Amino acid sequence: MGASAGGMVIIRDLLMKLPANFSLPIAIVQHVSPCSDGSWAKLLNDRCQINIKEADDKEPFTPHSAYFAPANYHLLIEQEGTFTLTVDEAVSFSRPSIDVLFETASYAYGPHLVGILMTGANADGANGLRCIANAGGFVIVQDPVTAQAPTMPQAGIDAVADALVLDPTSISHFLLNLHDRKRYRYS
Amino acid sequence: MNLTDLEVQSLLDAVHQHYGYDYRNYSRAHVKRRISQRLKLSKVESIEELKHRIIRNPGFAQSFIKDMSINVTEMFRDPEVYKTIREVVIPLLQTWSFLRIWHAGCSTGEEVYSMAIILQEEGLYDRVQIYATDLNEAVLARAKQGIYPAENIKKYSKNYQKSGAKGSFSDYFHSRYDSAIMDSSLKKNIVWSHHNLITDSDFTETQLVMCRNVLIYFNASMQNRAHGLFHRSLSNGGILCLGKKETLHFSEYQHCFTELDRPAKIYKKAYGPL
Repeated sequence: MGASAGGMVIIRDLLMKLPANFSLPIAIVQHVSPCSDGSWAKLLNDRCQINIKEADDKEPFTPHSAYFAPANYHLLIEQEGTFTLTVDEAVSFSRPSIDVLFETASYAYGPHLVGILMTGANADGANGLRCIANAGGFVIVQDPVTAQAPTMPQAGIDAVADALVLDPTSISHFLLNLHDRKRYRYS
Repeated sequence: MNLTDLEVQSLLDAVHQHYGYDYRNYSRAHVKRRISQRLKLSKVESIEELKHRIIRNPGFAQSFIKDMSINVTEMFRDPEVYKTIREVVIPLLQTWSFLRIWHAGCSTGEEVYSMAIILQEEGLYDRVQIYATDLNEAVLARAKQGIYPAENIKKYSKNYQKSGAKGSFSDYFHSRYDSAIMDSSLKKNIVWSHHNLITDSDFTETQLVMCRNVLIYFNASMQNRAHGLFHRSLSNGGILCLGKKETLHFSEYQHCFTELDRPAKIYKKAYGPL
């Protein structure tokens, strides 16, 4: 998932709706100030049923958890299911950049990936969404009409014409539904 | 653009074979992203074509090698870490009569000079030998010069203040036009040298290893190798300082160190045999 301006509230509401056994691991880039200390993830962890934390370098990406990119680091996903954090130059004026997460996640998971781009006032994430779609992954964009800042979701829709466009409530329904289907398949 | 692992491996093998640079054990996600950027930037159609251009054209190969190496650094980066170094690490270092400090992957040297300033202010500089190493000769040459853009100095000065400053930052450099050159008293005990964490061997009897935001570009197995190198290079009770988002938690050497300060990622080599 990626979001910028206005994203904190939407991501919080989304994560709070997920049950403790929600099996799909989630990686999130939310643009934050470079001096943010990660206390937001700790705060969210107390209020959510799944584990919420900032990712560490080489930490395994595991179910029942959501990982945030720390301020000032790009978040990358390795094929073997671990995170890498880098301090490369900003991409789309952002570090962490949504494009970097989405692009590397598409290398690692190809068609087994869902990319969700939400509210924001710049175009970070649009290129990444295109990578996800090209690798056969599933792409969801927040309906710009429902976004505090519509630029980012609109750029996402422009990049991936057949993206599924949903309001925030429908995004959480989609995730819960996916979780139920997955449970059904493996039970 | 789909980059298959085989193609990436074959490209990295070729770069290693022709130019000696070894990115085969770098973070694959990082490497793939850089390759994909280079393909777009140079309008190259396939990774196969990229490989041939790199092999045939040493100038082009240099730009690829530049893509791979990241030299983002600043003085007193993460100032609170340097504050912890002053408060927690310096008192421990004071127990040794002579000290060796190794900055592994020092890049353009900003953090080496930061440390030198702290050592001077804490009265330790005269009994210290600092080894600053990097695998890139070009950045090492710049580090040795110690000349930085004046526009960065304001930020460095702020960082310095937050690190628990005991003096005035302007005492440590001389401004000339739009550059600042670090004071020669800081350079006196620094030895700059080439060292490759992937292929070279240990240092001996080091009391402090600084290696911040260098190993994040390696894959897990190469990180393990580097952790082992640091472990063997440190004397008993020696100290290892990693980047703020790095951890020994997922390393084979996790149990060879104790945590000295969690947020600053400062570790102490455990006593006794492995």
